[in-house]
Amino acid sequence: MPNQVPECTDAPAVPPAAEWFLPRDSLQALIECLQEDGYTVIGPVVDQEAITYQVISSVDDLPRGWTEEQSAGRYRLVRRDDEALFGYTVGPHSWKAFLFPPQVTVARADRSSDGRWEMTTPEETVPRHAFLGVRACELAAIAVQDRVFLEGPWVDPVYQARRREVFIVAVHCTQAASTCFCTSMGTGPECRTGFDLALTELEDGFVIQGGSDAGHEILERLDVAVAAPSQSAAAGSARRQAERQIRRHLDTNGLRDLLLNSLDDSQWDAVAGRCLSCTNCTMVCPTCFCSTVTDVPDLSGDHVKRERSWDSCFNVDFSRMSGGVIRNDVRSRYRQWLTHKLASWHDQFGQSGCVGCGRCITWCPPGIDLTEEVAAIRSHQEPIP
Amino acid sequence: MTATGMVHPWQCRNARVRSVHCEAPDVMTLELVMDDPAAAPPYRFEPGQFNMLYVPGVGEAAISISGDPSDTSSLLHTVRAVGNVTRFLTNMTAGSCLGIRGPLGVGWPLSQCDGKDILLVAGGIGLAPLRPVVSALLADRHRYGHISLLVGARTPKDLLYRREWSAWQKDIDVQVTVDRADDGWNGHVGVVTTLLDRLPVSRPEQTVLMTCGPEVMMWYSIRAALDRGVRSSAVWLSLERHMNCGVGLCGHCQLGPELLCRDGPVVPFDRVAPFLKVDSL
Repeated sequence: MPNQVPECTDAPAVPPAAEWFLPRDSLQALIECLQEDGYTVIGPVVDQEAITYQVISSVDDLPRGWTEEQSAGRYRLVRRDDEALFGYTVGPHSWKAFLFPPQVTVARADRSSDGRWEMTTPEETVPRHAFLGVRACELAAIAVQDRVFLEGPWVDPVYQARRREVFIVAVHCTQAASTCFCTSMGTGPECRTGFDLALTELEDGFVIQGGSDAGHEILERLDVAVAAPSQSAAAGSARRQAERQIRRHLDTNGLRDLLLNSLDDSQWDAVAGRCLSCTNCTMVCPTCFCSTVTDVPDLSGDHVKRERSWDSCFNVDFSRMSGGVIRNDVRSRYRQWLTHKLASWHDQFGQSGCVGCGRCITWCPPGIDLTEEVAAIRSHQEPIP
Repeated sequence: MTATGMVHPWQCRNARVRSVHCEAPDVMTLELVMDDPAAAPPYRFEPGQFNMLYVPGVGEAAISISGDPSDTSSLLHTVRAVGNVTRFLTNMTAGSCLGIRGPLGVGWPLSQCDGKDILLVAGGIGLAPLRPVVSALLADRHRYGHISLLVGARTPKDLLYRREWSAWQKDIDVQVTVDRADDGWNGHVGVVTTLLDRLPVSRPEQTVLMTCGPEVMMWYSIRAALDRGVRSSAVWLSLERHMNCGVGLCGHCQLGPELLCRDGPVVPFDRVAPFLKVDSL
């Protein structure tokens, strides 16, 4: 959608402690600063008719003048009538792929000449990533995965090593897609925590905030000036515009109990009639963390890589046991996904597994909308008198 | 090895098969010893915990530890050949090499059993994770009240650890039943709940039930025990789901809110009761 001129009506009640202004021309300098510090910068790039996250070398790689239209089962790139670099929301990729790689070798077994197996967990060369353009829902998703991979009884060393090295440049959303519902999940659209730097894009540049010592250190090397009150106000207004555009809603009131008390609801049958069990929702979800480690031997059989790949509760084999498959129909697999995401995640990790990014709605081929499924279940369980 | 976060969850320790004992058709007990035991910290486990047993190039399987927890010289695992990995494991011979990750998971609530009557109900291979309980109870026999072990199996050939029963029977009440008798069988025939139904339960409110076996067997055993006045808060069961990582990071072994490798495999009945009878959960 075209960029609307932000209305500079009301200034924020409490002015942020430090907002700076980065001229549009200087964004390249930010990228170069990060590169000088040894970071591989990952940012949004137009690829295969979508905005994806890839290695970028300069601002020219960013989706200048592009936005997108999203609805259930539909995603289309659309030209903007301006030169905005971050004038869209989230696409099919998430930062998860860089912290929790889709495929990684977690261990090895090598047979030595005396027949003994050397079983090792080789350290990978950890990439130093700077993420440019992380949205509020995505910061929340990273925090959700931190909880899973770093804060339980066992730590995932692959995630931990990569996470330690990440520098995060967040971007406040200034518009919303029809699939967004971060306001329901309390995760956005404003970036509040978990970033090193955060940008709000204006026509002539960016209002920029530091969120960490590393972020402030970078700020000192950039050609920034203290943001003028009008610039701060314009940025605040642009952020509120995103919030105003959000139409989708998920009622989270008592949601955990509602879903776990609805395991026999007829809605699971209804959704099973539409769900293809294709795994798209779990692949695009920025928090889904299920995986499988399989042994990949070389031809001699003496050298085995233990490779971890993303898996999905929508795959039939995911619940296979010696006695058979536990979730042998689409109904039970969709129910597992939704109840895990919105209900049992609370039991396991103390919070919801959903951040309201809407990817699972957009990238579902038949356009199943989890907010509608929950509303249907709620209507069955709590009929309106 | 402890879950400190400093231990790489995928790091296996090398182990070797010291001996193999055939328990039943397709069921073997492997006695394992760690390579370089001096270099590694001493291996301790709680009854009910499991190890991931790794056959390089084939894969891993979660197998409960079935030996005496006070015996640190070797580790026993009773394995039934039901899939690729377990088939390889049951074909191992003395000297075979494999990897071990563990001990993993939460075991039986022995610390809550002081002064209590104990009821153990095992079905088939489900006796394997309860055998360390028997060892632990026998080692401190004076701390507990009446102890009954009810064992069920499909046929007499499927009964595990028969060579040890006579020793157990000196200190605890062991009762056995089979679904189908064969020519040499003079014992009880019928499902294990029939043993439970005729068992004198003199202090139901002071009785702890621990059960492992097919879920339907556990369900009816628990129902029978509850009908006899055993409190639901004193009922524990060991559940099985597909386990891949064994440390709560891969998502496979969920049953409702439970990540069974991390929160189980032994769980209090009250916590999982709402989910046990939900189809395909």
